[in-house]
Amino acid sequence: MLILEDVHVAYGAIRAVKGISLEVQDRELVALVGSNGAGKTTTLRAVSGLFRPRPGSIRYDGTDLTKLAPHEIVARGISQSPEGRQIFGSLTVRENLMLGAVRRKDRAKLGDDLDRIFDLFPVLKERIGQAGGTLSGGEQQMLAIGRALMARPRLLLLDEPSLGLAPLLVQRIFDVVARLKAEGVTILLVEQNARKALEVADRGYVLETGRIVLQGPAAELAANPEVERAYLGG
Amino acid sequence: MNFGQFGQQFVNGLSLGSIYALVAIGLAMIFGILRLINFAHGEVLMLGAFATYFYARSGLPFLVVAVLAVLTTVVIGLVMERVAYRPTRGAPDVALLLTSLGVSIALQNAAVLAFSAQPRKFPTPRLIEQQVDLGAGVQISGTNLVTVGVALALMAGLTLFVTRTQLGVSMRATAENVTAAQLMGINITTVIVAAFVIGSVMAGVAGILWGARVGRIEPLMGFIPVLKAFVATVIGGFGSIPGAVLGAYILGFGEIFLVAWLPDALTSYRDAFVFTALILVLLVRPQGILGSTEPEKI
Ligand SMILES: Nc1ncnc2c1ncn2[C@@H]1O[C@H](COP(=O)(O)OP(=O)(O)OP(=O)(O)O)[C@@H](O)[C@H]1O
Ligand SMILES: [Mg+2]
Repeated sequence: MLILEDVHVAYGAIRAVKGISLEVQDRELVALVGSNGAGKTTTLRAVSGLFRPRPGSIRYDGTDLTKLAPHEIVARGISQSPEGRQIFGSLTVRENLMLGAVRRKDRAKLGDDLDRIFDLFPVLKERIGQAGGTLSGGEQQMLAIGRALMARPRLLLLDEPSLGLAPLLVQRIFDVVARLKAEGVTILLVEQNARKALEVADRGYVLETGRIVLQGPAAELAANPEVERAYLGG
Repeated sequence: MNFGQFGQQFVNGLSLGSIYALVAIGLAMIFGILRLINFAHGEVLMLGAFATYFYARSGLPFLVVAVLAVLTTVVIGLVMERVAYRPTRGAPDVALLLTSLGVSIALQNAAVLAFSAQPRKFPTPRLIEQQVDLGAGVQISGTNLVTVGVALALMAGLTLFVTRTQLGVSMRATAENVTAAQLMGINITTVIVAAFVIGSVMAGVAGILWGARVGRIEPLMGFIPVLKAFVATVIGGFGSIPGAVLGAYILGFGEIFLVAWLPDALTSYRDAFVFTALILVLLVRPQGILGSTEPEKI
């Protein structure tokens, strides 16, 4: 279980996250929605250890994550598919995927996991020897998710996995997210596409300028007239 | 210039370029990951040559002496990383640059104090000082032959390392995108330490080869090779290792053939030609020949 308590993060003088508290239970899919600049990416990066909350606490299964380096957080079973894909453009698709597994101890199982990724995203298999930078945007997004899955995460952080994709691909990504949830992966999903995110999620949090303004079961949030007006374009 | 002379000069250029390449690889690697121009890299080279000089007095076989000297440079590189560069990690580029200049000057002065500024004769083994006759009037010095062979072997080893091992692939990933590398679970400190180890091995070997080439060693000997290696990395595209190697060979050949063709009165200006070439390359391709990174990183 992931628990954030009163987390603050600032970039110099810019206070991006101003006291967020949220939690993600095991096997739960939680959506974090909100408009541009609300602090969603900053929150995920803090969980991954790229920023230290000052002040604030981030705990996962009882461990204080704020004391750990990013690679130690990955070693605890938390991986992230970051905003903007962040594919290693000069590395092959295979190298990108294998890097997702650097912290894995059970290396004998990596072949099976590759097959599982190819099952989710068959196009990656065709591109296996190709440089990551030559992939299309959608393919890169699949690679970013596949790479995060190669860590066999217990908690998966997804930052805007559907950003900039064609409608068919967006649907495909959300199908995969739903499938991962069914397989028992705990997911914290950040999305601009609030409607779709709340469709697949169990619960949701609405973030506005660094603060949580609404929270609750995803269906309730989706039906909330305020959310409807601000984020669902209703 | 007849065929024999051409062949000789060709191998000479290859040999000089090989030494520059070994030095340039370390510079490019450390820059690629830390965005740090490690001027003290030349002092690692110098200390490799001095370690060889002192260890050779023991009478051990030269190969053993060379291995011990390279191990010494690895220790020096590791201490340098730990003491000077780890505390300044993440500081502004200018602070990093000043730190590396400071380390370089400190090591130079320490070496002058410890070894005196007097040049010493480098203990090149007789065996490799001999001329090798390749036929067709081409005579090559054993030193050049060894230099080219050793450098090519090291570069082949490096290529295997960065393509076939997890640490090697992690290093390439970190050089491309530190944040994404961290999100993969790559321990950045391990990668940086590995870069210093590899860079120090290459610089240590380069120090021995340079000592054998020039015949003398002295505390300021690191300056010229590191300057040339720096120019090579800029020509090739800063941070790109293949670019650094390409730039190093262009420089090595350019220097040797300039000296061979220029009238005697002008040969002392050869470094001026090197820097003119640098400026011309940067005017045409500011990112260097193989570089794709933004030029402002230089
Ligand atoms: N590196 C940075 N330096 C300075 N300010 C930053 C930096 N990164 C983000 N910010 C600021 O922090 C705030 C929150 O940014 P963040 O990226 O977390 O928002 P977001 O909710 O992910 O937005 P989006 O939906 O556009 O991705 C914004 O005001 C942004 O301008
Ligand atoms: Mg964002």
